[in-house]
Amino acid sequence: MAENKIIDGRNTFCPGPLMELIAGMKQASVGDVLELLSTDDGSAADVPAWVSKIGYELLGHEKVEGVWHIKVRKTK
Amino acid sequence: MSVAKISIMVISGSLERLQMAAMVASVGAVSGDQVTVFLSMNALPYFIKGHSATAPAEGAFGRTMEGKNVPPFLELFQKATEFGDAKIFPCSMAMDVLSAKGEDMEPYLGEPIGLTKFLTNAEGGQILTF
Repeated sequence: MAENKIIDGRNTFCPGPLMELIAGMKQASVGDVLELLSTDDGSAADVPAWVSKIGYELLGHEKVEGVWHIKVRKTK
Repeated sequence: MSVAKISIMVISGSLERLQMAAMVASVGAVSGDQVTVFLSMNALPYFIKGHSATAPAEGAFGRTMEGKNVPPFLELFQKATEFGDAKIFPCSMAMDVLSAKGEDMEPYLGEPIGLTKFLTNAEGGQILTF
């Protein structure tokens, strides 16, 4: 069954949040949804570009009270 | 997914340049690009086991960066090899100048190579120098 996991990349600068997401992806199974939390605006722009290049699915990308929530499904 | 070939020559010992080289290597590698790093001159000592991991800031940005939670450049270079397929090689000339041996170096480095091999491997891609 697909799992949802939170990856806390807050208070670290680019490319910290991306690396945290990738570490999480390595542990995840296909179908899992990872939600990356980040306070870094630069990463909020770069992570979706990485998701697109790698071929995973971007499910959500929004800033709530200063924290970016970026949801990515591991599709392969 | 398009794959770029990026060969990075790192010779500086300054924080800003090491940090940017590490960022290019790690982000390129995790994006599926073919990344090769060549370490020489003032950059090489940082990759000797036991050497200080902090590099001096070259300018105002580096000094500002020191106070922020930025991923350390050594950690990014290591992640480039672990999360991506980056290959990091020490320069054999610089190793000889420092009298360093393979076993003295960080374990994620490859064997020492010279410029002929580096330049041959870099053909068809781009070379960045820091």
